[in-house]
Amino acid sequence: MNTRQSVWSRRVIILWFTVFSIFCIVPFVYVISISLSEETDIAMYGYSLIPKSFTLNAYEYLLQSPKQLITGYTVSILVTAIGTLLSLLLTAKLSYALSRRDFRGSNKMSFYVFFTMLFSGGLVPWYILIKKYLMIDDSYLALILPYVIMPWHVLLMKGFLSDIPLALVESAKIDGAGEWKIFYRIILPLSKPALATVGLFIAFVYWNDWWLAMLFIDNQNLIPLQYMLYRIMNNIQFLSTSMQSANISIDVTQMPNETARMAIAIMAAGPILFVFPFFQKYFIKGLTVGAVKG
Amino acid sequence: MSLGNRINEIWKESMRHKGLIGLALPGLLFVLVFSYMPMFGVIVAFKDFNFADGFWGSPWVGFKNFEFFFKSDAAWQVTRNTIGLNLSFIALSTVVSISFALMLMELTRRSVKVFQTTLFFPYFLSWVVVSYVTYALLNPQMGVMNGLLERIGMEPINWYLESKYWPFILCLAYLWKNVGYSTLIIYTGLLGIDKSYYEAAAIDGATRWQQIIRISIPLIAPLIILVTLLQVGRIFYSDFGMFYFLTADSGALYETTDVIDTYVFRALRVSGDIGMASAVGLYQSIVGFVLVVSVNWVVRKINRDNAIF
Repeated sequence: MNTRQSVWSRRVIILWFTVFSIFCIVPFVYVISISLSEETDIAMYGYSLIPKSFTLNAYEYLLQSPKQLITGYTVSILVTAIGTLLSLLLTAKLSYALSRRDFRGSNKMSFYVFFTMLFSGGLVPWYILIKKYLMIDDSYLALILPYVIMPWHVLLMKGFLSDIPLALVESAKIDGAGEWKIFYRIILPLSKPALATVGLFIAFVYWNDWWLAMLFIDNQNLIPLQYMLYRIMNNIQFLSTSMQSANISIDVTQMPNETARMAIAIMAAGPILFVFPFFQKYFIKGLTVGAVKG
Repeated sequence: MSLGNRINEIWKESMRHKGLIGLALPGLLFVLVFSYMPMFGVIVAFKDFNFADGFWGSPWVGFKNFEFFFKSDAAWQVTRNTIGLNLSFIALSTVVSISFALMLMELTRRSVKVFQTTLFFPYFLSWVVVSYVTYALLNPQMGVMNGLLERIGMEPINWYLESKYWPFILCLAYLWKNVGYSTLIIYTGLLGIDKSYYEAAAIDGATRWQQIIRISIPLIAPLIILVTLLQVGRIFYSDFGMFYFLTADSGALYETTDVIDTYVFRALRVSGDIGMASAVGLYQSIVGFVLVVSVNWVVRKINRDNAIF
């Protein structure tokens, strides 16, 4: 009796999650489907889950004049690559110093770093500082530097690094190695999984960022993919609700058509979707470590 | 110990670990520049700021910026929306993630993996990409929702102009994007519970339901409390991308969707009212800080080990 009941409840649960999973995926399938539809079908029947007639027109259209897209990809890739390397290195160094239990200053340093998670000066002073005093706005630096040290990543990294036994460090010291040598020769090679996990989080932050571009970038050649995507969307809204006409500064004639817009969204989300299945387990590991230790 | 001795002590300790301090230094510098220097910049909230005169040169105006904000209707509107929507998000995601995690526990590891991937997938899309998804659903002319409404004989709705639907839309979007993550955290907590409790209960004839009520829930309660309180501590902050991109910053929706973060952004970048933007920002920082500290105090009272600091 009991087992039959549990078989049934299991089936119900599986059914429920299947339905819910479809609910999670279907909206995105619409976007894919629109990008693969004929423009005329959409004008006639509206969006549909399965394209009335399958076509790659939208993608061809995008690739015919790919300048904007190439700029977006170049900027995003450069920012993600350089930003991730720089941020990962400095985060690892800082977290390592904080994770050393024999270093008495580490407590105060930790407080100094993690206090910024509790209190911040807010958006405006930060914005003024970067624009007026650091004068890095409208440059790659503005897209990279503000995210180099994020306390959350330091916390995550520190969680991983404090598992390295202190004895290892001490024996290296006896052999005459300095702290830098120990860090580069012993700590870094030992913490490859940690570097992969935290590195992935950092890359994810840089790749998905539109915020810094929205605040600091005016130069058309420095617009990353996500921000480009936002500007295109901004145009659609402008046309469909005909509001906020005062704020729009983009040339309307350059606006891609309905299917091409969705195709751009797919191309912008593409790399994440492609990477996601392979790295999912690192993400999950990092998130759970962070949740437990943070 | 005298002050001189102390300084001497610190100096000695620093010299002993100068390698470590050297390693940490670049990172500490970044924190100093991008997090601590702006903290001194909060004085702009009390100034009539202009870029030419900068932080120090701009004239003082006392509490005028605050007065302007708190006397406007916007103060109540954005505070209400921020707290109301965040509370809804917290309540919804807590209930949904606990029930999802409990259900996942009934399944085999293999099927959990499949569902985990699909539930988790929206978490990895940026809000900009998500705004394309909601646009595909809500587009007034061609959107999926209006298509459905027409099919069942109802009037289409101009979603981007009707503010009353947006609290629900935002809740759904929030759940859609975050439920995989919050479920995962609770599920990991449940996996950590000692299996022998359940075995003993089963021998005593407890049903699955009784086991959930008497074992699972009490044992993950500390984790749930911690996660919830952390969210409550951040209740004055909101996910800017969600509120800005999903609503397409449509003025007709502000009544139910405008939150502190979007308000500050607009004051800064659209209307250029830097003084007021920073006053609102400071209001957010201070209330936010008080909230975090009091939440931590409460957690400490309940269980010392769970306190954040």
